[in-house]
Amino acid sequence: MTSPIAGGVDCDLHPAVPHLTSLLPYMNDYWQDQVTTRGMTDLVSQSYPTNSPISSRPDWRPGQGKPGESLADMQKQALGKFGTAYGICNPLYGVQMVFSEDMQDAFCRALNDWLAREWLDKDARLRGSIVIPTQSVEKSVAEIERCAKDKRFVQVLMLVMGDMPLGKRVYWPIYAAAERLGLPIGVHAGSAYHNPPTSVGWGSYHIEDYVAQATAFQTQLTSLIVEGVFARHPNLKMVMLESGFTWLPAYLWRLHKFWRGVRMETPWVDRAPAEIVRSNIRFSLQPVDAPPDSATLDRLFNHMQSDELLLFSTDYPHWQFDGDEVLPPGLSPDLVRKIMIDNPLATYGRLKMKETTP
Amino acid sequence: MNVQFRPESSTSTSIKTAIADCDIHPARATNDELHPFMAKRWHAHLQTYGKQAYHGMMEGPPYPKAQPNASRRDAWPPEGGPQGSSLSFMQKQLLDPYNVALGVLNPLNSGQGLRNHDLAGAVCSAINDWQIEKWTSRDKRLKGSIVVANEDGVAAAAEIRKRAGDPNYVQVLLLSRNVEPLGQRRYWPVYEAAAEAGLPVGVHAFGFGGNPLTPSGWPSFYIEEMVGHAQCQQTALASLVLEGVFERFPKLKMVMIEAGFGWAPSLAWRLDKHFEKLRSEVQHLKRRPSEYIRDHVWWTTQPMEDPERREHLFETIEWIGWDKLLFATDYPHWDFDEPSRVLPAGVSDANREAFYLGNARKLYGIT
Repeated sequence: MTSPIAGGVDCDLHPAVPHLTSLLPYMNDYWQDQVTTRGMTDLVSQSYPTNSPISSRPDWRPGQGKPGESLADMQKQALGKFGTAYGICNPLYGVQMVFSEDMQDAFCRALNDWLAREWLDKDARLRGSIVIPTQSVEKSVAEIERCAKDKRFVQVLMLVMGDMPLGKRVYWPIYAAAERLGLPIGVHAGSAYHNPPTSVGWGSYHIEDYVAQATAFQTQLTSLIVEGVFARHPNLKMVMLESGFTWLPAYLWRLHKFWRGVRMETPWVDRAPAEIVRSNIRFSLQPVDAPPDSATLDRLFNHMQSDELLLFSTDYPHWQFDGDEVLPPGLSPDLVRKIMIDNPLATYGRLKMKETTP
Repeated sequence: MNVQFRPESSTSTSIKTAIADCDIHPARATNDELHPFMAKRWHAHLQTYGKQAYHGMMEGPPYPKAQPNASRRDAWPPEGGPQGSSLSFMQKQLLDPYNVALGVLNPLNSGQGLRNHDLAGAVCSAINDWQIEKWTSRDKRLKGSIVVANEDGVAAAAEIRKRAGDPNYVQVLLLSRNVEPLGQRRYWPVYEAAAEAGLPVGVHAFGFGGNPLTPSGWPSFYIEEMVGHAQCQQTALASLVLEGVFERFPKLKMVMIEAGFGWAPSLAWRLDKHFEKLRSEVQHLKRRPSEYIRDHVWWTTQPMEDPERREHLFETIEWIGWDKLLFATDYPHWDFDEPSRVLPAGVSDANREAFYLGNARKLYGIT
């Protein structure tokens, strides 16, 4: 195995909202009343059923409550365990699933305030992602601007499966705000379930949805690149979170080939897709969807033709690895440092290493 | 694929070694060509109501192609009609110069994906007759694919059984985008009949099943549709594996057509990795997903991935298996892969022979 080094940045931690009622203190009277008088249930997404094996490593599963609900557990099992300097919290609470943009907005605001009060205030290593109500671009921008005043929010968070492809121009004010405020856009696995979870319709199984997340990332990258997001916003970084990355080389070979063939359709795409990915797109490390032999993995890293693309992540408390094997075997010390420290710091402009390094 | 073919290059290149072309698209010169093979009521129906698919356009595709009929600009037959509609010109432009020993016909714009399933069945059956009449009976190098209206699984299975044993056909043809993912049980009668007939089932990119082309809705551009075939094919294949289709039909063989193959290793690794943790949900699977894929699935090559470094392509093919790829040009479409150019130097003679011809002969049972 490859040993992690201290002082790294864990780019994908999932603090869990215990229940919708946990957010009530962060809602106004109207929304508190809506939640209680309508008897609203907890917003657990099918992307991560609480008791599914992948939703928590067996030895990280708490005796009661949701995996990821306890700060003390996260401190012990992830932050302390891997000597993490900064941990970026990406709440996966299912606020994106509701269909009313007003309700989504109220829930996102409550979720972001809950994260600041109940997590960021309690551990100086933690940083947050701003969850936005993407059904309303106007409200999303307002929420980004509201939260960005707190410098501990280091990124904007969107789901990989939403209402529309992420490159669509309607979303661009979100990207303009993020770029202006020095916030990368994190795109995390998961669906709002406003569309079928695969390109060919509804499957039958949880494993099917989970495996399909990788294809959703692929279609989103195509959309982001060909719509011209990075021609308009060259300084915008996007981070694909819990996306897997072993699909990237072959995906880019295909995209590149078609771009050469039909680039007349999208003439504003001024650079080759692989070049855009290398300058503007990053990927979290876990899950590593590859065979466990280091020879194949070494070839895959070679196919990626860059050592700047990956950002360290445990995906805590999801079950992506066992024991201490958070890094795949066979990585050089140089690559470990890049993945754990250099690449995240280069991506997240709001992280300042000096503040916490002794 | 974006090479502009000069007029002389399209006919003068000659290939000495015989090849198989596992993705040729025959077209109708006019739609009247199908009339002799359909009941009169369907002529009138088509005239009055047209073909209503799971998208809104009465004519043409929702994403406009990059050139007429998505075809090579040098592929218009001299006698008129759309590209791919003339046997003699296909012989002159494709079969003879490239020494095609086996050409597999994959008719598109058939009846598949029509909302009226009776009409879909009638058009598919007519296309199957038409393939023999216009193509396979006139050139023995060509073999047909049985097209079926798979949304009506029972009728589709009957069409397969009607054609089973006819040497004019070497496979059953489906499209990748359907009303549901291809592993769903509504499609099992197709797999049962195909396995019984000893015919592989080809899954060609394209089709519309009413689902948005991405899990986040409809994209804007033709390039997204084209690149996206790889994602549609991955989810279709994952569905086939996870629903237990290969467990239920152990003799079934599938061919993934025109959606690339470079994605296959990563998909198989991802399936295996998460299957380890989630197998209690899919207890009908007796083996790891990658094992079903290894034993039951083949890929046609066009449009061939071409990385900057050729060793990356070779490694990817090694991970899939040199015995699983079937060469295809996609004639007469614009992204035609030129046989003499797709495989870089450095491939062993045995692998080269398997890639261009041997694998196809074996799979399709053509000696």
